[in-house]
Amino acid sequence: MSQEWIYTTVFLAWLAGAAAFVIGLHQMNSPATARNGNRLSATGMTVAVLTTLFYLLTREGGLRVEALAIIVIGFLLGGGAGLYMARVVKMTAMPQLVSLFNAVGGGAAAIVAIDDYLRVVGTPDETLSTAIFVVLGVVIGCITFTGSLVASGKLQGLSITPSKPVLIPGGRLVTLVLALVALGGLVALVAAAGGAIDLDKTTQTAILGLVILAGLVFGITMVLPIGGADMPVVVSLLNSFTGTAAAMAGFVINNPVLIIAGALVGASGGILTKLMADAMNRSIVNIIAGGFGGGEGTVGAVAGATQVRELGVDDAAIQLAYASSVIVVPGYGLAVAQAQHAVRELAELLEERGVDVKYAIHPVAGRMPGHMNVLLAEANVPYPQLREMEDINPEFERCDVALVVGANDVTNPAARRPGSPVSGMPILDVDRAKSIVVIKRSMGRGYAGIDNELYGNPKTGMLFADAKQGLTDLVSAVKAL
Amino acid sequence: MSQDLLYALAIFTLAILVGFEVISKVPATLHTPLMSGANSIHGIVMVGAMLIAAEADTPLSYGLAFVAMVFGAANVVGGYVVTDRMLQMFKKKPAAAKHGSEPKA
Repeated sequence: MSQEWIYTTVFLAWLAGAAAFVIGLHQMNSPATARNGNRLSATGMTVAVLTTLFYLLTREGGLRVEALAIIVIGFLLGGGAGLYMARVVKMTAMPQLVSLFNAVGGGAAAIVAIDDYLRVVGTPDETLSTAIFVVLGVVIGCITFTGSLVASGKLQGLSITPSKPVLIPGGRLVTLVLALVALGGLVALVAAAGGAIDLDKTTQTAILGLVILAGLVFGITMVLPIGGADMPVVVSLLNSFTGTAAAMAGFVINNPVLIIAGALVGASGGILTKLMADAMNRSIVNIIAGGFGGGEGTVGAVAGATQVRELGVDDAAIQLAYASSVIVVPGYGLAVAQAQHAVRELAELLEERGVDVKYAIHPVAGRMPGHMNVLLAEANVPYPQLREMEDINPEFERCDVALVVGANDVTNPAARRPGSPVSGMPILDVDRAKSIVVIKRSMGRGYAGIDNELYGNPKTGMLFADAKQGLTDLVSAVKAL
Repeated sequence: MSQDLLYALAIFTLAILVGFEVISKVPATLHTPLMSGANSIHGIVMVGAMLIAAEADTPLSYGLAFVAMVFGAANVVGGYVVTDRMLQMFKKKPAAAKHGSEPKA
């Protein structure tokens, strides 16, 4: 094949890969086709990568052994690590892993842009447009790299990145300075490339170094002050950034598949971020500017004035066993206690006794939208029993017992009134159930850091236990009846 | 601006519009898998890493290409595998047929 034919074939294969991304992403809009969509997208990726390898091997001059070694060893090392982590990660820890993958993606995009710039600087290839796209790719890529690492650390609850918002002294000033450095760098490098100012190669490289540093620090100062509760939205936003960075890298190396895939993720990730923020009744601007969140560290703190009624395991078991309908409200406490199997066991036991059991899934139950569904599905809870919030809320009035397991803020009736940090947040109408059983370790507060009025409700009985232990005890108590 | 760049800008603009349209009303259940799926797609930057590896000729550029390659590959492979694990919940389970598996109306 002539060189031209090879490039044509390669280009068409890249295009096919990009088309697979679009169709695959579209299929992921619906539960019925989501899995196929992801596989189609993975196929597109395989085609794009193999095509690139073919192109490099067959083009004039071929591929040097060192370069081939870098590609193969790098792939095995990175792919192996990714595969291992994706396979062994506990489903509860999955959000932080996604954030970690996002971080390395952003890092890779930044490196591609940096490497290309170092090659063209001082040569005729150093054009105005190259300089623009390089600086944009570097800045966005660096922000997502450190920003996603911090987000991942916050979701994991690492001590250097606590889940609660961390205020940086003079935060606004720092942010302003960093933005000015990045902007100044952009202007200087573009002006140098355009010939407006005369800078030598060393100075330009040093300016790029400053821009890299500004981006890296900006990622940290952007995410550190945001509370853990908002991390899903932040991770999604950074995901969109990485897409944009990949597109910028595509401009730099003039590659269509990078541009298409990157722009696709940048735009769809932006829409998805908006959808997520809406589901949590948060605005993206408010989140980035800082707001409520954090406060997970207060578990164990005793709430002051709220009078609560404590409930024994046997009493709770009787209430559940003789109810005709029970709605289970699972929350993050259930996820961390790995109690999804115990809750399914209890539900099956109740169903055998003729109790109608459903699960009320708040849009942000768990750590991320949809996270709770994954956890319950892993425990083989039948999918039709999982009900979304709008769907289940009218049913609480008719239900005999609402069993709240490790969920807190999403059940707080205070959200219906203005003036509370959770005001306006969509909640599950648990307080409308005929009676309520709450399994909780202590009177500790949720993410919002406020008391839950539900616990003071006379209809509510508190069963103080770890979610898994409490559910296991309930299972034995129901069996004994 | 060069012809190549103008075409690239056209592709970029259209791809952004496609990206806006491709996601419509998504149930909250799918938000996380969808984000994770999009996350794997930007692993395409690995193709960029391969292309810069092929051009590398200094120790620094070898090093940069290698790190980019490792990062990109982790993004691609890990991203798709973890997304697939999340989406397993939509697999039809014969075990679930035991209790009320009729789809909701």
